[in-house]
Amino acid sequence: MTLTPVLILGAILFALSLMGMLLNQKNLIVILMCIELMLLAVNTNFIAFSHFTGDISGQLFVFFILAVAAAETAIGLAILILIFRSRRSIDVDELASLKG
Amino acid sequence: MIWTQIIFYFFAVLAVVSAVMVIASRNPVQGVLFLVLTFVAMAGIWMMMQAEFLSLVLILVYVGAVMTLFLFVVMMFNLGRLPKMEAFKRYFPLALIIGGLIVAVVVIAIQPKHFGLVMQQATQHGADYSNIKAIGSVLYTNYVYAFEIAAVILLASIIAAIALAFRGVQPGTKSQNVSKQVNTKREDAVRMVRD
Repeated sequence: MTLTPVLILGAILFALSLMGMLLNQKNLIVILMCIELMLLAVNTNFIAFSHFTGDISGQLFVFFILAVAAAETAIGLAILILIFRSRRSIDVDELASLKG
Repeated sequence: MIWTQIIFYFFAVLAVVSAVMVIASRNPVQGVLFLVLTFVAMAGIWMMMQAEFLSLVLILVYVGAVMTLFLFVVMMFNLGRLPKMEAFKRYFPLALIIGGLIVAVVVIAIQPKHFGLVMQQATQHGADYSNIKAIGSVLYTNYVYAFEIAAVILLASIIAAIALAFRGVQPGTKSQNVSKQVNTKREDAVRMVRD
């Protein structure tokens, strides 16, 4: 096992999550899930480099990214609940009240 | 050696296929469950890269807590099947080009002639190596301030999530009154029947 396939796998997952954000513009939940997938791809790269350079610091970065991502998800879902309560939908296109 | 290759590609294909299903599934509950499958497959790959602690943390924290939170929210909304989107068709060629470009750039950039690190073999640790011990010895020395800041961030997110989603006590619902509970005397609750 070498570094190359792991990095390509990380790139494929990152590209897929970016495509998901572009394609599912109607649904905020899918966009949040794609952010999780993107963080997973980044974390995989960190762990791959940590493993293949023999430096444990990469795994600590993943640890902190996981902590921040958990906080981000909790607040993101709370905001999602507020949007759903006030508008009865989670369509991104309807969130255009600030548009001049 | 060949077995590690087979296991790696099994998990990699599983992760990519379930990631595609996350994007393509019309039902949000199915999407969350496929995301769980992606996390489990990637946890397997992390385990193969000898990041045992983070692999288990991914399963426990992500699958156990974050994805459960997602599932609660999705089921609370009760969206059912999403309507077929016109944006999906309209943006599909653009998305394919962007995704292909990202993968192509990475594949070209990590050719051995540009990026010598890919030729390096990983150091395989022995059976007496403890991943948690290695992480802990760095986490509580060099990264101790970052660790404390992470704890503060989690506390802030707890407060923020409760402050955002809590609407006060609604009429007709039951809730605790803590000061009344604390001030309860023995005489209020227990009555002596017989001496």
